[in-house]
Amino acid sequence: MEMPEPDAAVLARRDAIVAALRDAAPGAVIDDPAETRAYECDALAAYRCPPMAVVLPRSTAEVAAVLRLCHDERVPVVPRGAGTSLAGGSMPTADAVVVGLARLTEVLEISPEDRLVRVQAGRTNLSVSGAVDGLGFFYAPDPSSQLACAIGGNIGMNSGGAHCLKYGVTTNNLLGVTMVLMDGTVVELGGPMGEAPGFDLLGVVCGSEGQLGIVTEATLRILPKPAGARPVLVAFDSSEVAGACVAAIIRAGILPVAIEFMDRPCIRATEDHARAGYPDCEALLIVEVEGTPPEIDEQLALIREIALSFHPVEFRESRSEEESRRIWLGRKSAFGAMGQLGDYICLDGTIPVSALPEVLAGIGDLSRRYGLGVANVFHAGDGNMHPLILYDANAPGDLERAEAFGADILRLCVKVGGCLTGEHGVGIEKRDLMHDQFTPIDMEAQMRVKDVFDPHWLLNAAKVFPLDISASRREARRDAGSADAA
Amino acid sequence: MRDLPMRPDGEAALAEAIRSARAPLSVTGGGTRLEPGEGQGARLDTRGLTGVTLYEPEALTLVVAAGTPLASIVDILAAEGQMLAFEPPASPGSTIGGVAAANASGPRRLQAGAARDALIGLRFIDGQGNVVRNGGRVMKNVTGYDLVKLMAGSRGRLGVLTELAFRTAPIPQSRLTLCLPARDAAAAIPALTAALGGPFDVSGAAWLPGRGALIRLEGLEGSVRLRAESLRKTLAPFGDPGDAQDDPWPLLRCPNTHDPQADLWRIICRPSQAAALLAALPEPCSLDWGGALIHVALPAGELPQLPRFSGHARRIRGAQPAILPAPDPVAARLDAGLRARFDPRGIFQGAP
Ligand SMILES: Cc1cc2nc3c(=O)[nH]c(=O)nc-3n(C[C@H](O)[C@H](O)[C@H](O)COP(=O)(O)OP(=O)(O)OC[C@H]3O[C@@H](n4cnc5c(N)ncnc54)[C@H](O)[C@@H]3O)c2cc1C
Ligand SMILES: Cc1cc2nc3c(=O)[nH]c(=O)nc-3n(C[C@H](O)[C@H](O)[C@H](O)COP(=O)(O)OP(=O)(O)OC[C@H]3O[C@@H](n4cnc5c(N)ncnc54)[C@H](O)[C@@H]3O)c2cc1C
Repeated sequence: MEMPEPDAAVLARRDAIVAALRDAAPGAVIDDPAETRAYECDALAAYRCPPMAVVLPRSTAEVAAVLRLCHDERVPVVPRGAGTSLAGGSMPTADAVVVGLARLTEVLEISPEDRLVRVQAGRTNLSVSGAVDGLGFFYAPDPSSQLACAIGGNIGMNSGGAHCLKYGVTTNNLLGVTMVLMDGTVVELGGPMGEAPGFDLLGVVCGSEGQLGIVTEATLRILPKPAGARPVLVAFDSSEVAGACVAAIIRAGILPVAIEFMDRPCIRATEDHARAGYPDCEALLIVEVEGTPPEIDEQLALIREIALSFHPVEFRESRSEEESRRIWLGRKSAFGAMGQLGDYICLDGTIPVSALPEVLAGIGDLSRRYGLGVANVFHAGDGNMHPLILYDANAPGDLERAEAFGADILRLCVKVGGCLTGEHGVGIEKRDLMHDQFTPIDMEAQMRVKDVFDPHWLLNAAKVFPLDISASRREARRDAGSADAA
Repeated sequence: MRDLPMRPDGEAALAEAIRSARAPLSVTGGGTRLEPGEGQGARLDTRGLTGVTLYEPEALTLVVAAGTPLASIVDILAAEGQMLAFEPPASPGSTIGGVAAANASGPRRLQAGAARDALIGLRFIDGQGNVVRNGGRVMKNVTGYDLVKLMAGSRGRLGVLTELAFRTAPIPQSRLTLCLPARDAAAAIPALTAALGGPFDVSGAAWLPGRGALIRLEGLEGSVRLRAESLRKTLAPFGDPGDAQDDPWPLLRCPNTHDPQADLWRIICRPSQAAALLAALPEPCSLDWGGALIHVALPAGELPQLPRFSGHARRIRGAQPAILPAPDPVAARLDAGLRARFDPRGIFQGAP
């Protein structure tokens, strides 16, 4: 993965910059190479680069002081939550200061009357729900990484979760943020119902991959916990029929909280690993509904009627907590199971649900062409696919082949009317594929937003946009910097 | 003399009209809901862009040209048992582009969000006549910045919307409204809060003068009945809830001020602060979203004296634009920066 050359002018001033950082945020700066190594990558671990320094501020004011300094010194900054990005979103460059939110984890306010919680942005996703659980509420977006990932990172990526078919993704549950701009200015965005006068800046910040500012506090909508939930498992001898069944459920006006899809390679791998007792079949669906037991029964009766009309190999209804757990077990261990088989790349394209048969067939063809195995897990209700490509990291050229295979799958997603990424973000991973989805004019409009928030392109700059497209903006900073110096 | 309105018949003609414009334009759809100060430039009418480009009910996806009347979209969706979940106010003549540009929403915002939350993609023309595309036709998409949100509610100030993609929703099988007498709007809030704080999946929580507190449940028939039963128990401390005999919700979508001379204000606040605001105001036209939205009529030109609160009040009908408290200066600077970038020639200044 190509990254721009580090800024020599910045590297030359390293010691002075680190000393100034120590003044701005005493006791919060790490610059020992043995320790900065811990920040060299995120969950896209194939790409690594230790930063120049890491700062772990304790307050919004410290974040502001650090950013003001980096702004004035023209030092690139990479915001970091928990570093679970699968797209290289929080991977540093050698000339960058990583600003990590790990110490900003407080709950600032819980208001059941206003159905909101205000937290510092380094708090983990799961512990936000944990903080309001006793009051009968929860925070809906639930990425599988929720034990580790931070709210700031969720906002950076506009993350989704298994239940977003009903509750939406981060942007639909975010009411406001306190954010520090690159020049150190602090701004409050959003408000009650997420609304503020003027443009929806909150909406554009959510999903901007740490390129517009550093979020230090977030106000999140919380919802009353549902009375209960129950999944069913439906097994089919063809992926097409499974896809048709999903369409029929949605068409009938039933909106389950989750519809998950797994194909045969994925079922096999999880059976070997987790032994959830899944049937031997081409494709299976896990459909989950919520409510009190009689409400659940009412929905499941409709789903059963629809599913049976597609002649499934099996329709398995859970009758106990334990059976529910086993139905989810395989799906939840899918990634871990694939990890047992070898190294893998996890893709994240979205397709129109109607294109499922075409895309699965296309992925099969590509798999044969590249000679690499692939397994599909898929949020079927919303078309968000996670093909997992298996490769051998120790075999020379295998990673490159797997990446080329992945890029072809994502191009196929775009070709059928979908997109490159449904929830993981562009980062460095899909940066250069943006050309396949957007025209230069489309990207120019997006980059103008960054021009307004971060005129010198210091925040996470070599991400999201193809390097050739962002080059003139990124280089203008250096030219100006050397002009200032001269 | 005022320029004649321009009504281009397609995206290319619209882009050309913007490129060749030399004076400020006011972008309009149906012109049904222009706010104070809007509509002063030469009218650029978008109603020449009509039609459904794509509708896949089984994927909950609708793509439509911006000038298409809202009413016809409502009909097309209803024929397939679907709707726009955010309940845009159905004023005759409204276009779907106007709905998106106003980030319209109705009582169901509590549960399903506003136009911004249902919008999954769009095309627009910026101030230099460039056609820009963002988002797409799939509901999960984080590819690049979310300009869809930025454009939703931008009221013709950043560009002209030409095509919109929405996530649609099934029309609920069954619906029930509980009503509860309440002395006044403020007195309704504790009951609304109790309803919204439990697992009832409330899809509307409002107050109307003379009607009291209104709470709506929607979904499968059995489920609505069961939730209503347990909700009645939760509401018992607040009075004896009855079933509404008619459908009061359209009234909440289009607040009626009765007095056409009065100004209309829209206040967004935290429900826990609504009572303090209401104490400083005359009886409101309506209260919605569990207390987070207040519509109130005030004498023309008057500014309300409000206690400090988190949220804002905006005059949406009247002679002069007004927002209280004054918007955050940093956010205002960012807004101005965006306008300068998307519309460097100031062509969309017709919408101030
Ligand atoms: C096993 C596994 C499962 C996953 N499952 C899901 C899933 O189900 N759904 C899903 O959507 N994602 C999933 N992810 C991806 C990842 O967890 C999410 O993208 C998550 O939101 C990242 O959070 P983080 O705190 O780790 O952020 P980081 O990786 O540290 O950062 C992510 C991005 O946000 C920026 N950022 C971080 N903090 C801030 C801040 N305070 N202000 C501004 N920008 C900031 C960073 O610069 C970066 O661009 C998964 C990842 C793994 C490893
Ligand atoms: C008194 C009043 C009460 C209202 N009540 C509610 C309410 O309760 N809930 C709610 O959600 N909404 C409400 N609205 C807003 C209203 O729902 C929408 O504005 C309306 O649907 C717009 O339709 P239209 O085609 O007539 O738009 P117009 O009136 O023509 O335009 C509305 C705004 O959108 C811009 N615009 C129109 N078309 C485009 C386009 N294609 N591209 C870019 N910009 C465009 C215009 O410049 C203008 O700023 C209210 C408005 C008023 C004045």
